[in-house]
Amino acid sequence: MSVLVNKQSRIIIQGFTGKEGTFHAEQMIEYGTNVVGGVTPGKGGEQHLDRPVFNTVADAVSKAGADTSVIFVPPAFAADAIMEAAAAGIRVIICITEGIPVQDMVKAKAFISQYDCRLVGPNCPGVITPDEAKCGIMPGFIHRKGSIGIVSRSGTLTYEAVDQVTKAGLGQSTCIGIGGDPIVGTTTKDAVELLMNDPETEGIIMIGEIGGTMEAEAAEYIKAHGTKPVVGFIAGQTAPKGRTMGHAGAIIGGKEDTAEAKMKIMADCGIHVVNSPAQIGATMLKALGR
Amino acid sequence: MNLHEYQGKELLKRYGVAVQEGIVAATVEEAASAYAKIAEQSGSNFAIVKAQIHAGGRGKGGGVKVVKNADQLKEQAGNILGMMLKTPQTPGGMTGPGKLVRKVLIAEDAYKPDFDSCKEYYMSILMDRQKKRNVIIYSTEGGMDIEEVAEKTPHLVFKEHVDPTLGLQPFQARKVAFNLGLSGQAFKEMVRFVGSLYSAFLGADASLFEINPCLVTGEGKVIAVDCKVSLDDNALYRHPDLAEMRDLDEEDPTEVEAKDFGLNYVKLDGNVGCMVNGAGLAMATMDIIKLSGGEPANFLDVGGTADAKRVENAFRIILRDPRVKAILINIFGGIVRCDRVAQGVVDAYKNIGDIKVPIIVRLQGTNADLAKKIIDESGLKVRSAILLQEAADLVSEVLQ
Repeated sequence: MSVLVNKQSRIIIQGFTGKEGTFHAEQMIEYGTNVVGGVTPGKGGEQHLDRPVFNTVADAVSKAGADTSVIFVPPAFAADAIMEAAAAGIRVIICITEGIPVQDMVKAKAFISQYDCRLVGPNCPGVITPDEAKCGIMPGFIHRKGSIGIVSRSGTLTYEAVDQVTKAGLGQSTCIGIGGDPIVGTTTKDAVELLMNDPETEGIIMIGEIGGTMEAEAAEYIKAHGTKPVVGFIAGQTAPKGRTMGHAGAIIGGKEDTAEAKMKIMADCGIHVVNSPAQIGATMLKALGR
Repeated sequence: MNLHEYQGKELLKRYGVAVQEGIVAATVEEAASAYAKIAEQSGSNFAIVKAQIHAGGRGKGGGVKVVKNADQLKEQAGNILGMMLKTPQTPGGMTGPGKLVRKVLIAEDAYKPDFDSCKEYYMSILMDRQKKRNVIIYSTEGGMDIEEVAEKTPHLVFKEHVDPTLGLQPFQARKVAFNLGLSGQAFKEMVRFVGSLYSAFLGADASLFEINPCLVTGEGKVIAVDCKVSLDDNALYRHPDLAEMRDLDEEDPTEVEAKDFGLNYVKLDGNVGCMVNGAGLAMATMDIIKLSGGEPANFLDVGGTADAKRVENAFRIILRDPRVKAILINIFGGIVRCDRVAQGVVDAYKNIGDIKVPIIVRLQGTNADLAKKIIDESGLKVRSAILLQEAADLVSEVLQ
């Protein structure tokens, strides 16, 4: 078992024929991901990368049996694409797009809550289950199949953690990039819970950053229900107050937004908190008693 | 993006929100004629001169003054225009350099005719990240620091969350007015005020509205006396009129320049510069600089395409800061190949020439070994690393 995506997932790309969609779909296919087609309104009936293009997500669901979608649609249309996927019956919606207006996401989040689906992102690198499915923009080759689940709000910092885990000889079960926006579909706690319940995952790495309360909620969950060692890092210990640090959601507003506050709650809840991002892999090895 | 008070009020008025009227002025002469108009319109000789900078607490630094006649107006406008205004929110706070005041708002006396019968309230709207919906926060304790009010008297701060699909309902606006203890005309006006304010928030794709004080006069009028407005940068594409209100004078010129180069740069005051791909890794790199005994001089995300041109621009921006004693380049190559970034670093280095500060380059990911070779064989005084910990150790070594 793995979480969210695996070999059996029937994956489509929304924004399939665009520049980004094409490039990353090719990479995903090359990795061995089961991409069954894509959606570009107005190009239905065409073939792209040897796969069918559909006008609507509903068509992709009924004709290609799609159950997972990876969205590469430009920011102005991305919230609409998320809602379309949910309404069409897609179960796992992974939105890579960065720069979606917040109020669009407020609406999309409320809309999709009526459907039995899970949104990951937006503004995220995606989800990968090594050797099974790469659903996003992460470099596939740094991953190794293994037993460590990774949850992160960042892109390249996730790759850093993955690389350390691989070099420590551990490998990953599933890596979930939840995204750097103020509103994300899957929170840190949601992702940790998925991995906690995954029999293939033996340890969890949780990478957060300044802004919001997601890490604190995840820490409380881990304290109450945790059964596996968790290593945590919070980026932005040196970030100034009131400035957005690249990610729209990475801003210190109040006291609970700081890296210091989050690291304290996490440590109090039994998480192995590292001060240095260079020590993630080594700390996981220790936490597992190896 | 933040708006000035006068711009925020212009936006609010478009949606029918009653505001303290005023005219913006950049010179004492303009201020004098603005005062004449305002005094005539309002029928009062009282007016307020308000410094227009992007920072709160302007009154504390002498940026807000009440005047009773034209002579006083000229004197105060002269004092405030061109001053370096220090507030608790300007860089460095009350002991920092302050911010240059380029404009003043000559505002009417909103408290007329009976100052003593007026009462100040607090109201703000923002998106509650935890609940993933907009929330109206309001309090009977206006004109004060709301965080302090929330800490000392939490029962006086109320919250009303709005359903994203249905919008603000009339009963919610009534609840706000009732909780504020209003009745009669003031109650009716407040219900309308809340509705208009919420429409403005949605209409402008705002990320924050803060009306403090929100005034209720003895006659039952509800008026936004001050306003802080922040807009969602990601939504500016659908509000070209609001995007035009951007005041570049309020932003760090280097940050503005960096943005034009496609770099996400935030200036800090440490001694080690950094250049990183990805925001999370950039923050983590700043943290590792601190752990290595330095202080980050900046946040800089070069983005997904770290080519020679971008690296060169990033170098030039970082090197402009005389306090920078070392530069750490940290790139995790995924889609972007490390050997190309390494070549970019070498080319940029040669183009700039004469870089005196030590540079540490850490390239990891696609073709990292090849990249290290390019750096090591370039003959440049650049130290290379592959592991993040190695880069951290090099930073401490260089700083010693």
